Amino acid sequence: MHDAALLTMEKITKVYPNGIVANNEVDFSIRKGEIHALVGENGAGKSTLMRILFGLEESQKGRILLNGEEIKNDSPHIAIANGIGMVHQHFMLVPSLTVAENMILGVEPKKGLRIDLQKAINETRALAEKYNLSVDPLAKVQFLSVGIKQKVEILKALYRGAEILILDEPTAVLTPQETKELFLELKLLKDQGNTIIFISHKLHEVKELCDRITIMRNGQTKGTFNTSDVTPTDISRLMVGRDVILEVEKDPAVPKEIVLSVKDLVMANNLGQKAVKGISFQVRKGEILGIAGVEGNGQRELVEGITGLSRISHGEVSIRGEVVNKKSIKEIRKLGTCHIPEDRMTYGVASEMTIEQNVLADKFDSKEFTGKILTKPKAIRNLSQKLVEEYKIKCSSPLQEVGMLSGGNIQKVVVAREFSSKPLLIIADQPTRGIDVGSTEFIRNRLVELRDEDSAVMLVSADLNEVLELSDSLIVMYEGEITAYFADASKVDEEELGLYMLGIKHQTPEEIGGVVYEK
Amino acid sequence: MKNKKLAFESLRTVLAVAISLVIALVTILLVSDVPGVALKAFLFGPLDSMRHFGNVLEMMIPLIFTGLAVGIMFQADQFNLGAEGAFFMGAVVSSFVAILWPMPAFIHPVVTILMGGLTGAVFCGIPALLKVKWGASELVSSLMFNYIAFFFGLYLINYFLRDPNAGAMVSFLLPATAKLPVIIPKTRVHFGLIIALLAVAAMYFFNYRTRWGYKNRLTGFNSLFAEYAGIKTAAVVISAQLIGGFIAGAGGSIELLGLYRRFSWTAQLPGYGWSGVIVAILARRNPAYIPLAAFFLAYLRIGADLMSRQSDVQNEIVAIIQAVMIILIAAAGFLEKAQYKMVFRDATKNLPKADNTAQEVEG
Repeated sequence: MHDAALLTMEKITKVYPNGIVANNEVDFSIRKGEIHALVGENGAGKSTLMRILFGLEESQKGRILLNGEEIKNDSPHIAIANGIGMVHQHFMLVPSLTVAENMILGVEPKKGLRIDLQKAINETRALAEKYNLSVDPLAKVQFLSVGIKQKVEILKALYRGAEILILDEPTAVLTPQETKELFLELKLLKDQGNTIIFISHKLHEVKELCDRITIMRNGQTKGTFNTSDVTPTDISRLMVGRDVILEVEKDPAVPKEIVLSVKDLVMANNLGQKAVKGISFQVRKGEILGIAGVEGNGQRELVEGITGLSRISHGEVSIRGEVVNKKSIKEIRKLGTCHIPEDRMTYGVASEMTIEQNVLADKFDSKEFTGKILTKPKAIRNLSQKLVEEYKIKCSSPLQEVGMLSGGNIQKVVVAREFSSKPLLIIADQPTRGIDVGSTEFIRNRLVELRDEDSAVMLVSADLNEVLELSDSLIVMYEGEITAYFADASKVDEEELGLYMLGIKHQTPEEIGGVVYEK
Repeated sequence: MKNKKLAFESLRTVLAVAISLVIALVTILLVSDVPGVALKAFLFGPLDSMRHFGNVLEMMIPLIFTGLAVGIMFQADQFNLGAEGAFFMGAVVSSFVAILWPMPAFIHPVVTILMGGLTGAVFCGIPALLKVKWGASELVSSLMFNYIAFFFGLYLINYFLRDPNAGAMVSFLLPATAKLPVIIPKTRVHFGLIIALLAVAAMYFFNYRTRWGYKNRLTGFNSLFAEYAGIKTAAVVISAQLIGGFIAGAGGSIELLGLYRRFSWTAQLPGYGWSGVIVAILARRNPAYIPLAAFFLAYLRIGADLMSRQSDVQNEIVAIIQAVMIILIAAAGFLEKAQYKMVFRDATKNLPKADNTAQEVEG
């Protein structure tokens, strides 16, 4: 070893209170001045390991050495004092304050009893210049784009004296262009002597940016390598334990009649702002329409409007020819709509109830499962057993509490319930977010199967791979508007898609109008 | 895993009860000059005669009703504390029905109890409506409504039903046709016990076997999920409180017709609604455990009563036991470490050894 380790984590073991083993005797070590990638599937334990390092979680076993001396990061304060900073996937900024005010939160420079705001502004500006992270110290955070907010987060960590910077999937929320910019900035940071831990599961990014790479699988480390010594295939084999390339096999779509028709739809978000600004599109039987876009560009409100979860401000949604603006959630479901919600724990399941009771939620009042008053336990048991088998839900029995399952299996419970009602229209909102590869593959294939069985599918996903792989045709949403429509999703270039996602490019109304097949 | 969790929860409850009892016993030993007498009366007094044991069963009846009432509202995740007022108002209205509407036996108590139940339903339904319509916390409004119930009830009894010859603020005598018969000789245990046990069975069935009960539980566990699945949660939330109020109101009515000659709760609220909260918490949402919890609480109270009569220890000691019990059960942190250890042991037992083949490639 010609480079001594700057920081070493030894035999870290972490078990969450629900019994999930996130880290199992993990060893992890970084050198000064490197960009070190930490890769692995969702649920492999990357984030947990980093949360332990940053003092957000406590490990049951193991120790952390910094420059050879043991440190105890019991809280983020101590971690920061030890020169460790973390940029979370979800930003921790106060939207109503300016950049400079966010920077100094908790470490305010004082002039007497007052906060020395001018000093904060100057320091922010100096720091931004030093690392070429161009931000305006006086801008209010709420008006900044995601990419800029991320820069503020990085600056915030640097301002607090971080020399080891942990970035938790920083590119997940960025467009290809923003990602490029970020990489330049990170390289500059490295040149100035900082050390960066880069969490990701996008292999080409890791190859491009990182010096060394540590691979995690199933809560264990599967080795540390020089990035130049391994190919993406090697990495992916170590990550998932087998060669999987997530390519969905599907025949070309054969679209038939229109199932969902959205016309001039306007939706307000909970702040009363227009989140969806008068968009129109249609989805046909036997096709998957993808909706690409950076999260928070009106997708959630769009889905809530179609499924009846929120009131429609203006415009019209019709399903199978029936206007559903005034219909209840139940009535919309009765028309053959199913909905995979974006946030499975909030909307998708009751985690304290059993699998059986969860799969029953949308059909408990059908004649098959209840009489006038009483439920039919036998029919319900049959249903749950069938679904557990069919969807390969890993559990001890259908009577297990949903909260005890892993994320992928919880999502399978949601999907099993929704798909088992023979849907004509599937609204899938981030159907594979944060779950393991096996489950992801399963759910994606199931979506294609259902399409082939003549369901109409509307797929909302922030995962570019997913929309590009699964969709037959594609629209892009930016700030509540449709910026592009591609009739053939397989011909779309990722770079170009990025431009539309950022609102830099915009198709003509005529081009976008192509997604309305019948007036 | 599931059974383990259940077993652990039961253990937690039992341990909480045990610790509170130990604290009570120690307290008695410390304060009493005749600790032997006091302890004996407290622990075994309720068993020393048929009459004393009958007292326990009598007290159990209203506790079962209010426990069921609070339990179903908790199940829907509604912290409605109106069972107290519903119980009281149920008894007030029942006094009117019993005294002012002469009817033949058999029919008289049935009608009276139903009217009491309906009164309770209306009473608990008001906070429910306020919550659904305007988002007013049912906890606050139901709590406040209890006082309205008390003084409104007193007004009704005092101005319309007061027996001027009784020498205290009580109602006229309840007619014999309305009274519930005693079912165990040499005690005052009345027919209400049978109704209470039937109610337990009905609520158990409701909870686990009916469509309505399923909706109720789903809404209670995750109302957003219930809404998303197409359930009208507002209706569920209101109906749970109507049913809860009905049970509490009927309980008040049954208590009156079973044990009292006149309506005489004029000094303060009878307090069974508050006890119902304790019973519901002890029974952990499951109606089947309500009788057990009610029996336990009734036994404690009768034991403490006997102790205060036979020794120098006051029966307020029960309040200490209840308080410790509730704090320990409600405190999520109690035994959390032990549970965590169990989880940790379980989870790491079958783990593959860390992969030592992982190699470091040097550049």
